[in-house]
Amino acid sequence: MSVVVPKLQQLARKNLRTFLPYAVVIVAFVVVSVLANGGNISATLRGQLVPICAYVVLAVSLNLTVGVLGELSLGHAGFMSVGAFSGVTACIALSDTIPSQGLRLVVGMIIAAICAGIAGFLIGIPVLRLRGDYLAIVTLAFGEIIKNVINCLTIGKDSNGLHFGFLTTVQDLGMEADARVIINGPIGISNIPRLSTFTAGFILILVTLFIVINLVNSKSGRAIMALRDNRIAAESVGIPVTRYKLMAFVTSATLAGAAGALYAMNFSTIVATKFNFNTSILILVYVVLGGLGNITGSIIAATVLTVLPEMLREFNDYRMLIYAIVLILVMLATNNASVKALPAQAKAWFSRVVTGSSGSPGGDASIEADPRPDATVVDHDNQDADEQDDVSEVILDV
Amino acid sequence: MSKTETKLVPQPTTNLIPERDADKQPILEALNLGIDFGGLAAVDDFDFAVSPTEIAGLIGPNGAGKTTVFNLLTKVYQPSRGTILFDGQDTLSMNSVQLSRAGMARTFQNIRLFDNLSVADNVKVGLHNHINYSMASGVLRLPSYWKAERAANERVRELLSIFGMEHLEQAQAGSLPYGAQRRLEIIRALATNPKLLLLDEPAAGMNPSETAELMDNIVKVRDMFQIAIVLIEHDMSLVMGICEGICVLNFGKIIAKGTPSDIQNNTQVIEAYLGRRAEEGRHDAEGE
Repeated sequence: MSVVVPKLQQLARKNLRTFLPYAVVIVAFVVVSVLANGGNISATLRGQLVPICAYVVLAVSLNLTVGVLGELSLGHAGFMSVGAFSGVTACIALSDTIPSQGLRLVVGMIIAAICAGIAGFLIGIPVLRLRGDYLAIVTLAFGEIIKNVINCLTIGKDSNGLHFGFLTTVQDLGMEADARVIINGPIGISNIPRLSTFTAGFILILVTLFIVINLVNSKSGRAIMALRDNRIAAESVGIPVTRYKLMAFVTSATLAGAAGALYAMNFSTIVATKFNFNTSILILVYVVLGGLGNITGSIIAATVLTVLPEMLREFNDYRMLIYAIVLILVMLATNNASVKALPAQAKAWFSRVVTGSSGSPGGDASIEADPRPDATVVDHDNQDADEQDDVSEVILDV
Repeated sequence: MSKTETKLVPQPTTNLIPERDADKQPILEALNLGIDFGGLAAVDDFDFAVSPTEIAGLIGPNGAGKTTVFNLLTKVYQPSRGTILFDGQDTLSMNSVQLSRAGMARTFQNIRLFDNLSVADNVKVGLHNHINYSMASGVLRLPSYWKAERAANERVRELLSIFGMEHLEQAQAGSLPYGAQRRLEIIRALATNPKLLLLDEPAAGMNPSETAELMDNIVKVRDMFQIAIVLIEHDMSLVMGICEGICVLNFGKIIAKGTPSDIQNNTQVIEAYLGRRAEEGRHDAEGE
C-alpha cells in the first residue's frame, strides 16, 4: 500500500501536467461559446477571439524553442508572416478549386505551415550553429529580413495561373485585365476572404498542443531537453545536436506558420510590417510570463495579455502604462519564493483544517528545498585536499 | 575488497595488459597522442592501451592532464597529433556522437546530468540510440512508440537496480544527493551499451563507505557487462584496490605504467606526488 499510493500520486501529477493544457483550452472554448451564443460577449472581445487563438498557438510553439530547447528566438513573427502570406495566397488562389470554406482554410493552413517550416529549416541551419545571445540576435535579424522580403513581393493571379514579382510593381507582372492582385508589395494583401473562425482556432490550438506535448514526452523531446540541460553530456551519450535543435526549431516555425494563416484570415487586410520585432517580443513576453516550458502558462498568458489592452481601453492614455506595470508585477510575483510557496502553504493549512489536528503540515513544503546545499560543494573541495594527503600516505606505506 | 592479483603481459604496441586479454585486440589504443593549448603541450607523447575487460587507472597530480586525455579520447578536444584506435578503428574523423554510438561512454569530473529531467528520463536519454521509433510515431503515438517506451522503461529499471536506485526513478536528477548523482551518471553512461567506460573521478566527494561500495560496483559492472573501464581517481585506495594496470601522468607526460605494486614502488611517481627527497631535506633543515 505504502508503495502504491505515491506511485498513484506520481501518475496523477504526470497526467495532470499532460492533460491540464487540454482541459484549460476545452473549458475556455465551451464557456466562451456558451456566452457568445447567449450574446453576453462584447463585440470587441468577439473580434479578439481568433487573434487570441493565434497568439496561444504562437506562444505554445515559441515555448518549444525557448522553454524546451532553451534557445532564445526573437524572430517568431517572421515565421508567422511567412505563414500568413503563403496561407492567404493559397486560399485566394484556390478559391475556385475548393469551394468549401472550411476545407480551404485547412488547406491554406497546411500550406502556410509547410512554407513556414521550410523557412525555419533554411534559417535554422546557419542560426542554430550559434548559441545564446548570438542566436537571439541572428533570429531577430532573420525576422526583419523576412518582413522586408515580403514587403517587396508582388503576386497576382489570372487565367494563366500565378504571377510572381520581386521589387516590381503589379503592372510589371504582365497580367490580363481581369487579374486578381494578391500581394501588392508594401500594401500587402487586401480583400482577404475571412475564413477564420473561433472553432477553427480552437481546433488549431488542440492540434498544436497534441504535437508539442507528445513531442516533448517522446524520445525526441527528451533529446531536446537533454541538449538544453547539458549539451556536452548529451553529445557524450550520442545525441546529434544539430538534428534535434533543428527538429525543435522547425516544428516551432511550422506551428507559427499555421497560426499566421489563422490570424491573417481574420482580417480583411494585412501588411508585412505588422509582423515586426514588436510582435516577436510580444509572443516572447507570453512565453516568459507563462513560464519557460510551461504550456498551460503560455496559454493563459497569451489570452490574458491579448484581452488586457482592450479591457484597459477606458483608461486610454494610461493603457500601456498599466499594461507594463501588470507585466512587472507578474514577473515579480512569479519569481518570488514566498509567493511560489503559497500553494503549498494553502494545501498544508487546508489539510490541517480538514484533519482538525495540529500535526505537521506535511512534506509538501519541503519539496522546494534544495537538497544539495552549498556546504556539500565546499565539503567536496576539502575532501579533494584530504585525498591528496591520502595519496601520499598510501604511497609511503608501501 | 581484496587486491586483484593480475599478471600483466606486454602488448606489441605500447602497453602492459592483463594476461586473460593477451590474445585479444585492445579496445582502445592511443599512440603518440598530444594536444597543444596555445603553444603549451597539455598532453604529449601519450601512449596507452586498454584491453577489452581491463580496469585501468589514470592517475597523476592535479593539472597533470588526466581529464584532457579523456577529452581527447572522446573528441571533446581534437588532438593536435597522434592516433586513437577504438576497437581497431581510427577515430580521426569521428566526433563525440559517433564515438558514443561506436561504444565509448564517459562520466564527467564536474557532474553533468540533465538536472531538470527525472532520473528515469536521464537514463532514457542514455538509451536514446537503442530506442527505435521515428519523430512521427512519437507524436502520433503509434504502436511502435508504446512498444519501444515499454521496453525502455524496463531497461531503465534494470539499469537503476544495479546501483539500487529503482526507488528514485521519478526524482528530479538535479535534486539528488551528490553520491547518487555520480551513480546516476555511471548508469546513464552504461545505458548507451558501451564497450569502454571512462570514469572521471567517480569517487570524488564520496565518504569512505560510499567509496568502498563504488569499488564493488565498478568491478560488478565490469563483470556483468564484460567491458573495459578506465578511471581517473585521486582516491588511492580505490585505484590500488581495483585497477589492474595504472598509468601515471605528470605535466602531460606519462612517467610510469604498470601494476599497482609497480607504481607504488616507482621513485618517479613518489617524486611527482611528494617532491624530491633532497629538496624536502633541505626544506626541513631551513625550517629548523
